[in-house]
Amino acid sequence: MLIARRHVRVPWPLAVPAVAAAVIALIPLVYLVVEAFSRGAANVWDEIFQARTWDLVRNSFLLTAVVTAASVVLGTGGAWVTTRFALPGKTLILVLLTLPLAIPSYLSAFAWISWQPQLAGFWGAAIVLTFACFPYVLLPVAAALRGLDPAQEEVARSLGKTPQQIASELVLRQVRPSITAGALLVALYVLSDFGAVAAMRYETFTWVIYGAYRAGFNPSRAAILSMVLVSAAAVLVILESRARGRAGASRLGSGVARVDRRTTRVGAKIAALGGVAAVLGVGLGVPVASVISWMGRDTQRDVQWSEVMTAVGDSFIVGLLTAIATVLIALPVGIAAARYASRFSSVVERTTYVSHALPGIVIAISVVFVGIRLLRPWYQELPLLVLGQVVIFLPLAVAAIRNSIEQSSPRMEEVAHSLGAGTMATILRVTIPLALPGIGAAAAMTLLNAMKELPTTLLLRPTGWETLATSIWKYSTVSDYAAVGPYALALMLLAALPTAVLSGLTLLRSQPRPHHSPVTTEAPLS
Amino acid sequence: MMKTLRLPVFAAAALLATVALGACGSNDSADTSADTSGEATGTITVYSGRSEELVKPILDQFSDETGIEIELRAGDSGELAALLLTEGDASPADLFFSQDAGALGAVEDAGLFADLPEATLSLVDPAYRSANGTWVGTSGRARVMIYNPELVTELPESIDGLLDPSWSGKIGYAPTNASWQSFVTALRVLRGEEGARTWLEGFAANKPVAYEKNAAVRDAVNAGEVAAGLINHYYLYEKIAAEGADAVVAKNHYFTNQDPGSLVNVAGVGILAGSDNSAAAQALVDYLLSKTGQSFFSETTFEYPLIEGVAPTDGLKTLEEIDPPTIDLSDLKSIEATQELLADVGLLTK
Repeated sequence: MLIARRHVRVPWPLAVPAVAAAVIALIPLVYLVVEAFSRGAANVWDEIFQARTWDLVRNSFLLTAVVTAASVVLGTGGAWVTTRFALPGKTLILVLLTLPLAIPSYLSAFAWISWQPQLAGFWGAAIVLTFACFPYVLLPVAAALRGLDPAQEEVARSLGKTPQQIASELVLRQVRPSITAGALLVALYVLSDFGAVAAMRYETFTWVIYGAYRAGFNPSRAAILSMVLVSAAAVLVILESRARGRAGASRLGSGVARVDRRTTRVGAKIAALGGVAAVLGVGLGVPVASVISWMGRDTQRDVQWSEVMTAVGDSFIVGLLTAIATVLIALPVGIAAARYASRFSSVVERTTYVSHALPGIVIAISVVFVGIRLLRPWYQELPLLVLGQVVIFLPLAVAAIRNSIEQSSPRMEEVAHSLGAGTMATILRVTIPLALPGIGAAAAMTLLNAMKELPTTLLLRPTGWETLATSIWKYSTVSDYAAVGPYALALMLLAALPTAVLSGLTLLRSQPRPHHSPVTTEAPLS
Repeated sequence: MMKTLRLPVFAAAALLATVALGACGSNDSADTSADTSGEATGTITVYSGRSEELVKPILDQFSDETGIEIELRAGDSGELAALLLTEGDASPADLFFSQDAGALGAVEDAGLFADLPEATLSLVDPAYRSANGTWVGTSGRARVMIYNPELVTELPESIDGLLDPSWSGKIGYAPTNASWQSFVTALRVLRGEEGARTWLEGFAANKPVAYEKNAAVRDAVNAGEVAAGLINHYYLYEKIAAEGADAVVAKNHYFTNQDPGSLVNVAGVGILAGSDNSAAAQALVDYLLSKTGQSFFSETTFEYPLIEGVAPTDGLKTLEEIDPPTIDLSDLKSIEATQELLADVGLLTK
């Protein structure tokens, strides 16, 4: 059991790239510190200790708490229904429930507000962000639930436990790390979001940061305020690592569970399908219907389908390069966190999360700051744009890779070791192949998010480079929604592909497979 | 374990140190396109806070006529100003084309603009250019009250007339729009913080209807959802151009008499001091202020031309007739304080 023990030595060829990944994730922090203190330390305290700062912290906290809680309920509920109910077309339902990920929150917020203007404010922002984010909980929880061994529940039932007790004491306890991991990504996203809260006119902390740039022309104030967000992110990351507990360190291998065959009462089925339909109506129906209705509006322009296709190509290229780079950089971090649990690997892994709470403009400006000084030949070229995107999406990829490796049994590596394979050979020939579905999921997650991304793309893109997101921005600034329509629709369709792949891979990696070895009765460490 | 850790940690520290050190000194790099002698040629990079859709045609026309290529980076004016401030002298930008005077003032304050020649500055009324001679307005836009004549019979002479309870629930506005916020900033400059707060509280008490964009305000007025709205003058003419005069019932009302409600703000340009092709950038500034450039804005964006001898589009009140309030447009950069005030009186957020 060497692998699950704490204080394991992270092998060299893993530790060095993992540290490099953490350094990349810290680029914004370097910028923030230099810029924040550019007007002296006293100025830093003056900017932070203003009454308004704390009002906004409270608003952000409230929104983050509500959206995260709602995402946990919706995500876990959706995962429960799609894995443990005997429903027709469960796989399709899971894929459909994941699709709201393909819709950028700035777009769905605008769709809602133009349809129901009275929604503006806290609840509008909460609704839009919850439906944009709950798949972050849904996917890992669905994967974990699928990977559970039904034999355990049968044993519990035979010991006289009620279904409620089994659900709360046995099942939820085992999927808790997946819930908290998803919840962390949701919370960080909500902290960083500007598009949705701006459209909904709910004033959160990102307002003052954008305001400091756009209206105050004061990058040092923006940097100081951003450090408050980074601190909040650090607290969340630490809280999550406490809440995750040690259950994540060891799991039942996926090879031991057998196929779950359970029945569901008709009433429960109808209720579940009704719930799914409601979620899809809110998360997919409203934004898609809105975008399609825009296309019927008056316009001075004919739709240039060739331009739409060019934007599709540009979006896809940026997304693909970002996905490849992010996965390569995230892989050593994910392997180290999953297989070499130690303080070192934990610190490195957590470091990659912190910048995820920063709004896109801060990431963009920090990459500008570093790029124009150190990477001048790449300035306003694709490599720097990709770098900015990597910084944002690294934690999504790390989480997907770590989750997937944790769900495979470390026995395989132990066997490889016992057969004389070296550390690196084991990683290359056993761990990485085991992680392939997770690597695929990480790539799909990064690809779809990079294609939706707007603020960083806008500032870092090569001159003349026009993605679907920047085209949507371009036409919406002149209020030409008829022209926005085709780009918005194309973006949702394009992003839907990796989203569908993502949910497919989630199912694949957790598919219970019949196995010849005897059923293990080992309980998870918790 | 320590032994395993030392090198990666050291490597990380070294990398961070390099980044931080590099941040302190910046290295300029020069384009090869510079040619300051004789005819301006080569390529210039334009950061444009004005929508690409609006300015691309005139920039393309400039390139066709002069052979000077333009690399256009469009974005939000404020964000581009922040970008310029972060890039400093190393910026690849040669010219900043801003949607409003506030962002130009911020770049000027950072000392990043070169001085414009007197011949350029003197083309434009001093009210519509920098007092320090680093940026110049290229087109003007007036704040107006757009109204639906079927719903409004008596037009107020001043924005103060809108505080009358008879207007309750009848006025549309776009709370997040930069031009609305510039108007409120002008109100603060002209009437002081207390005067502005008093007007805004009265305005808020009349339950104005918030829309996401100026164009939405205009459409709501035209459709009769609200009786009137506070927006810029050209939105009406855009709609007439798109849908024909018959489809548009709404009309513009100017407050005149130096009322804050008739503020005239400008879009403008400045040349970056770090430009490596300032001759070509200057050629573009001159082009935008030529009869061709000014007629373009007048005819396609329905904005006010700012040089002598080019008339505004048909039906517009002239700038002299509007008699806008006297204000240093550079003072309009305290928009952040405006946003705080608007949030405070409940007109910005919900």
